[in-house]
Order: sequence, then structure tokens, then C-alpha cells
Amino acid sequence: MRDIAITLTVNGVVRRVTVPGRRLLSDCLRHDLGLTGTHVGCEHGVCGCCTVLFDGRPVRSCLMFAASADGHEVTTVEGLAEPDGTLSPVQRAFAECHGLQCGFCTPGFLCTVTALLRDNPAPGEEEVVEGLSGNLCRCTGYQNIVRAVHRAAEILAEER
Amino acid sequence: MTTRLFGEPVRRREDPRLLTGGGRYLDDIGKGAFEAAFVRSPHAHAVIRDIDVSAAIDVEGLVAIYTWEDLPARLAEPLPLLIPHPALTHGRTAHPLARDVVRHVGEPVVMVVARDRYLAEDVCALIEVDYEPLTPVVGIERARRAETLVHRDVPGNVGAHLVQEVRSATGLGAREAIEAAPYRLEFGLDIERSAATPLEGRGVHARWDAGDRSLRVHSSTQTSTSVRMAIAAKLGLPLPQVEVVAPDVGGGFGVKIVHPWPEEVLVPWAAMLLGHEVRWTEDRREHFVSSAHERAQAHHVRVGFDDRGRVLGLDVTILHDHGAYTPYGIIVPIITSTQLPGPYRLGAYRVEFSSLYTNTVQVTPYRGAGRPQAVFCMERTMDRIARHLGLDRTAVREANFIQPEEFPYDQGLTFQDGRPLIYDSGDYPASLRMLKELVGWDDFPALRERAAGQGRRLGIGIGCYVEGTGVGPYEGGHVQITSDGRVHVSTGLTSQGQGHETVFAQITASELGVPIERVSVVTGDTRRFGYAVGTFASRAAVMSGNAIALACGKVREKALRIASDALEADPGDLEIVDGVVRVVGSPGAGLPLATVAVLSNPLRYAFDAEAGRATQFAGTPSPDRPPVAEGDEPGLEGRGYYSPIRSTFASGMHAAIVETDPLTAEIRILRYAVVHDCGNLINPMIVEGQIHGGVAQGVGGALYERMVYDEHGQLLNASFMDFLMPYATEVPHVETAHLRTPSPLNPLGVKGAGEAGVIPVSAVIASAVEDAEGIRIDRMPISPSELFDLRRSASPDRRTGQTGSATSLLRNTQ
Repeated sequence: MRDIAITLTVNGVVRRVTVPGRRLLSDCLRHDLGLTGTHVGCEHGVCGCCTVLFDGRPVRSCLMFAASADGHEVTTVEGLAEPDGTLSPVQRAFAECHGLQCGFCTPGFLCTVTALLRDNPAPGEEEVVEGLSGNLCRCTGYQNIVRAVHRAAEILAEER
Repeated sequence: MTTRLFGEPVRRREDPRLLTGGGRYLDDIGKGAFEAAFVRSPHAHAVIRDIDVSAAIDVEGLVAIYTWEDLPARLAEPLPLLIPHPALTHGRTAHPLARDVVRHVGEPVVMVVARDRYLAEDVCALIEVDYEPLTPVVGIERARRAETLVHRDVPGNVGAHLVQEVRSATGLGAREAIEAAPYRLEFGLDIERSAATPLEGRGVHARWDAGDRSLRVHSSTQTSTSVRMAIAAKLGLPLPQVEVVAPDVGGGFGVKIVHPWPEEVLVPWAAMLLGHEVRWTEDRREHFVSSAHERAQAHHVRVGFDDRGRVLGLDVTILHDHGAYTPYGIIVPIITSTQLPGPYRLGAYRVEFSSLYTNTVQVTPYRGAGRPQAVFCMERTMDRIARHLGLDRTAVREANFIQPEEFPYDQGLTFQDGRPLIYDSGDYPASLRMLKELVGWDDFPALRERAAGQGRRLGIGIGCYVEGTGVGPYEGGHVQITSDGRVHVSTGLTSQGQGHETVFAQITASELGVPIERVSVVTGDTRRFGYAVGTFASRAAVMSGNAIALACGKVREKALRIASDALEADPGDLEIVDGVVRVVGSPGAGLPLATVAVLSNPLRYAFDAEAGRATQFAGTPSPDRPPVAEGDEPGLEGRGYYSPIRSTFASGMHAAIVETDPLTAEIRILRYAVVHDCGNLINPMIVEGQIHGGVAQGVGGALYERMVYDEHGQLLNASFMDFLMPYATEVPHVETAHLRTPSPLNPLGVKGAGEAGVIPVSAVIASAVEDAEGIRIDRMPISPSELFDLRRSASPDRRTGQTGSATSLLRNTQ
């Protein structure tokens, strides 16, 4: 199988890596680049654990080949906080509202919600639930995640 | 900074790392490790005639291929039967790799180790296994008919058979009491298969150090101490040479308490043979077909009652489908049998189960562990009685409740821990009052009528349960204060998202009087604490919580004793406030615990200024006494074990208002109310989170999730595309209220809370759908198409009407 040299920008840093053509973006991030915060829950695009921001859009990194990310920008959960370590409003809201338990699905939710609130800074209840409806969580029952999204919207508004 | 943190909604200390990608789950460990993949049986029942690897051995990156024949003696034996029981007369467990016969789709046959998982799967695809298919046994009915056997030496496919009976106060057996009762009913109730389905599957990583012959294993497990003992036994290693760590675990919900999984012994074995780290990470399809399921049970109920609805006799016969193997014994049907009476005082009770083999994935506890079935049985029975008598469903329950003054209440049964089933505390009438108020039970008829005026169809349902939590035998905790003032806490049981690092730190801060910021907690790491049982049965807060509190007590006592010498005060006059020992009511003159820690450990060598205070020329200890007094030990640390006489019994009641679509039969939950009693709450935020998550799993089990096997034993929906786990769009908002009846059995007065949310949900939704539709619901889960079919096909005797006019009832005329 032919290896492919790719260059992608991950969390603001240009990374060069050589991958087999069939390597999934999720595996590349986790095992080639050491960014293990992106999790893999199903490998068939349903659970949303592997969601990352691809050129700013939430995508499932288990449904993409790493080679397809050549020349693109990826943000993972490791890139959501400020460079000084200050948690992003979405991260803070999840902690405040107990929006996570085991934490396995959390990175996918954080990326999804980050994009959701960027596109719609003050979503209504239905918009929040709909916005979360591509990510599975087995621990929280979603109630506190929904609350966290509203809280994050508040924090963002306060800090704008 | 505060130290009175018990009972406060303290933010989780786990979250900063989990929110930033800093969690460390199994697949994050061991960069550069070889990876394993398995050839698994595509047949539900077959003889293995031959395994041909010739096409596979040239794959570049292949490291090793193993079959059953390659395994050393101990590994070649069947895996342990973890919980033997006298009634489990025909317990059977699998071999780590199949030997001669496979008994379910997904059973591991060949292990492949390669440079990475992609290559390992390439190799698996090239290995040819020649099978001779046998007729599979699928479903309870075919298992019972036993025309084919899952195990040739298990007649009738019956693994276990158990009867428990509690006679009435007047000495009647349940069957006699039913015959003598003014009213009696008889019916069947079924629950289908589902599964725990954590978002992180199982996984194992092993590193063998050939230099000092030690093995370090990480496993995504609910019991690292027991995995350690199993590995040491299976691989013939001295126990101290094996360490097992449960890292961050992405959910468990019961499935990860089973051990050792085949992979938990095979991966370490391969790492030793190859002298290289090996990791196996389960993929989603593997999790569906090769871990464990639960819930499938068929129940036949006979009940006799009086005109107030009081149960005079209850006779339940259960057929339990335990799949192909019984590694976890018969815990699930035992729990169903013993938790079935719930909050009720039954006249006489008889329960009988047969646990049957089928050619499907094995059955082991999944959150709730047999209780959802038990509650479905008991609560559907209560609803039946109410309909028959034309009484309000809550009135019938009230008539049967154990009263607050009757505790401790002995149900006369033997629980899953082999101990008598004695409820320690509770207040069921109060719980029901709170629930009725919370959901607006008495106002519902008006609400229903208004909705009906708009062409909408509403129903309300209820379900009550009692849950034995905190089963033994024991847990332990270790607490150490070091000379920097830090407090290090460890306990052997594991965490899968329950927030143990937070609640155990709260307990420690409260018991010791130290700021929580100085406390750190480690769970599930045998390097830190070797004695433990594991995390299951809603036991962590009860067991390790109390053990840590006891350990804190010892540390506190020692700190006060040491400080009393230095402060020249009586220990009884001392207190610890914000990490400083001082005379009660005299802030100012005090001794920080950091200093006490220094003084607790007489030193010869000074490595810093603090340590210098404990050296032999520092002049503190009396020259007339040995530096460490007889019976004493150096260091400011303590170990505590909590071993309860029996379980403590939490309880709760749920109610739901549902709407069913008159055309599409879609079922929507409009309101979901929970009253929960887990005694004292350590952290109400975390308890509520547990309830929310439990209810969500319950909703999945009631309306969406099931394991669909065809007659060949193929699991047709082994993916998240077809196994419908609820998203945010399907889970209702949960309204909660807490009742507190502290447990008298443990010092903290706590009861378990982990499983509670899931337990009554199927019963509640069935009750509500039945109320909305006027059609009896006696099997769950229920999908819109099933409800649609029920509407079209329900025979008159299934139709309950809206007014309680029942048609299938017998008036006992004898």
C-alpha cells in the first residue's frame, strides 16, 4: 500500500506526516500525531466521539482518510482552550453544568457545540437539542449537556 | 477554602483533564505497541474442522498467530466461573480461544498480533477457518424445547434452576394463598435483550519487563484487583510481579465487571512471549457480538389479592436466557427473583427460575442487573390489580407498602450476596406522596381530557422499586498525609465516570478537616491499593466511601495524638481546621498537618528543612522512649476497610406522562418525574447526573434498544446504525426530588445511586402507554410499529378500556 506524505495544520501547528492511503484521520490524529483526545466510539460515523473541526466545520474524523486532510486545518479538543490553558467558554460550561461523566464522548460534544455556538450564538431549546443530535452520550442523559450549551452561550455573550 | 464538603455540589475534579483531551483511556496507552485482532466465529453454533493460516503468513507486519492449540496448559482451560452457586448445576465457560466448537457469533477463534491494527485485520481476513455448522438454539422458547443442545452435556439447556418461597404469616404457600384469595389473575410478561454499550469498548494493554520479570497491564475494567489475580493465576506469575491499572474508562455499566475476558489473559501472554508491548482495542462490532448482553427474560405471573388490592399471594416463574456461557453465574435471575417484591409486603411469595443456554452472546449484569425485569413484573402486576378492582394505581401500591415503622423489614429471601434480604430503611408512603405532587398525578385526568379535546392521546404511568446497593464483601481505603501537607487517598475499586475522585476527596476533606485542594484520589490501580472487589451494584460510595472515612478516622486520631505531645494539650481538646491542628476555639497557636506528618516519621537523614525537624538531634522525641513507640508505625497514614453485614436498600419511584400519536403510534415522553432515596447525598450534583443517565438508558431500553437475532443466531443490528441508542432528541427532561432515609448500616448513612435511574423505566413507560391506549402492554421494549400492530390486532381481552373495566378477570367463586 502506497504511503502518502501529507501536510495539515492541527490546532494552529503545521504537521507533516506520512500515512498509508487507508489511514483514517482519527487514527492519524491519535496515533501518528499523539492527539489522543479525539476518541473513537464506533468507527462508522454514528456516535460522534471522533468529531473534530475540519476547516472550522464539525466532521467525523473516523469517516475521513488522513490523506484527505492534506492542506486543511483541523482543530481537536486539545486546541479548544486558550494557549495559556484557560478553558474555552464551552469547556467551562460543561464543567459548571456537570455535562460530562466518563468523558469519552466529551471531546466530540465540545467540538460540535463550539461550532454550533459560533454559527448560532443564542440557540433556542430545540436548536440546541437538534444541534446535539449527532452525538451519542451513554452517561449523562444529555440534560446537563443541553444546560451546558445554554450556559456556554451566556458566557460567550458576557465575554463578547 | 472549605472543608465541610460532604453533601455539597462540588465541581468535579476529573473534569479539567477530560475537557482538554488529557484523559488517558486504554487506546491512548502504549504508543508503538503491537496490536491484536481476532478471527471470530461467523456461526452461532459450529464445529471447527480446520484452521488454515497459509495465506496469511506472508503479510508484512505480521508478528504472530495463535489458536487454542498454542495455549499453555492453564490458558487452555476454560475461563473461570466467577460466581458459583449451588443451583448453577451446569455452569459452563468459554475457552480464551475456541476449542473444537463455537457457540455464538463473535466467539474468538484465532488471535493475530501485528505491527498495527490495520495489518492485524488484514491477516485475520486471510485466515481460513473450516466450520461444520450445527443447528443453533436462539430464543427462550427454542432453548426450553431443547430439541438441540448448546452444550452436549447440559440436558434441556438448563444451566440452573432455583426456587425461593416465603410463606404467609398464616403459613400458606404462595400457590395456596392465591387459590384462597378473593381475586386472582394470571399473565405473561416479557423483556427483550439489550446491552450496556459503553461508548468506549473493552481494551487491554500489556507490557512485560523481562529484566525484572514483571507485568504491567492496563485494562478498561471495572475490577483491576481481580483482573490482576486472574492474570497471575492464568500465567503462573507471582502476584507481586503483576500490576493492573484501570485508566480512565469510557463507561462500564456492568459489562466491564466480567473478567478475565479472553483478551485480558491472551494479550499479557502474547506480550510476555513476544517481549514487546501488545494492545487490543475492541471495535464496536466486536463489542456487540463478543462482550455481553442482558435483560432477556420471560415471566409467568399468578397473583391473588383482596378487594383493596393487597397481594395475598404472588407466584412468578421466570425463564432466563443467559446466552452461551455463564461466567458471572446466575446473578441476574437471582436479583430479579429477590428484588421483585420491591417496596411491598406480599402475603406469600414464590419465585422459580430456569436459566437457559442459547447460542447467543453471554448474559452478565447490565446497569440495574435483573431489577428492570423484576420491577416490570411487579409494577405491571400492580397496574393489573388496579384495573381489575377499578382502583387508582397509586392506591393499590399504597395498600401494599411496607410502612416506615416496619424497618428493618425482612423479606425472607436470600439476596445476591448470599445474605438475608433485610431492608434497612425507607419511607415509601412519603416517596409516593412526593412523586404524585411532582408529576401532578391527581390533576392528570383534567390534563388528559383537555388534550383529548385537541385530538391528542395522553397517558400517565408509575413504577416503584427497591434496590439492594453496596454489596460486600468489602472495600478498603488508604489515606496518607505527606510532609508537604498533601493528602493522598487511594482505593482499589475502579471508576467509569461516577466522579469518585471528587466524592472521595469530599469525604476526606470533611473527615480530616483539610482543604479539598490538597487531596488527591487514585482508584483502580493495584500499585496503590491491592485489596478490592470492584465497581458494580451501586457500591462505590457505600463501600469505598465508608472505608476511606474509616481510614481518615485513623489518620485523624494519630495526627491528634502526635500534635497533643507537641502542643502539650489533651487530644480531646484538639480539632483540625483547614489542615491545622489546634486547641478547640484557639485559632492561632496550631500545628499544620504537614508538620505533624514530619513528626510522625523519625528520620536519620534530612533532605529539606522540614525533614530536619524529625532527625535524631533535633531534640523533639524523648530520649526515654523509642523513636517509634511499640505498636506504632512511622508515617501519618491509615488504612480502613468497610465490610457491611449486608446490603443497604435504596428506593425510588418514577412517573411519566406520554403522548401516543393516534396515526403513527409514535410514543413521546412529555414529563418524566423521579423521587429518589439514596440516604445521605455526598454530592447532589453527581447523584442527579447518575439519575439522568440511568433514566436515559431506561428510555433506550423501553422504546428503542434491542438485540435482534435471526433464527440462525446472527445479530442483525450489531452497529449503532441499527441498535438505536437514544440521542438528545429522544431523552426527556428529568424532574427530580430527593427523599433522605439514611442507612443505619454505615457511618456515612449513604446508599448506592448508580443504577437507580434505569430500573423502573420500562415499567413506567409500559404503564403510561397502556393508560394512553387502553391496550395491555406486556412486553417491552415497544416500538411505534409494535404499538401500531397492537392497535390493529389487540383481542378484546387485551383491551383494558380507560375506566378500569377489565374483561379477563376471574372472580374466585370458591
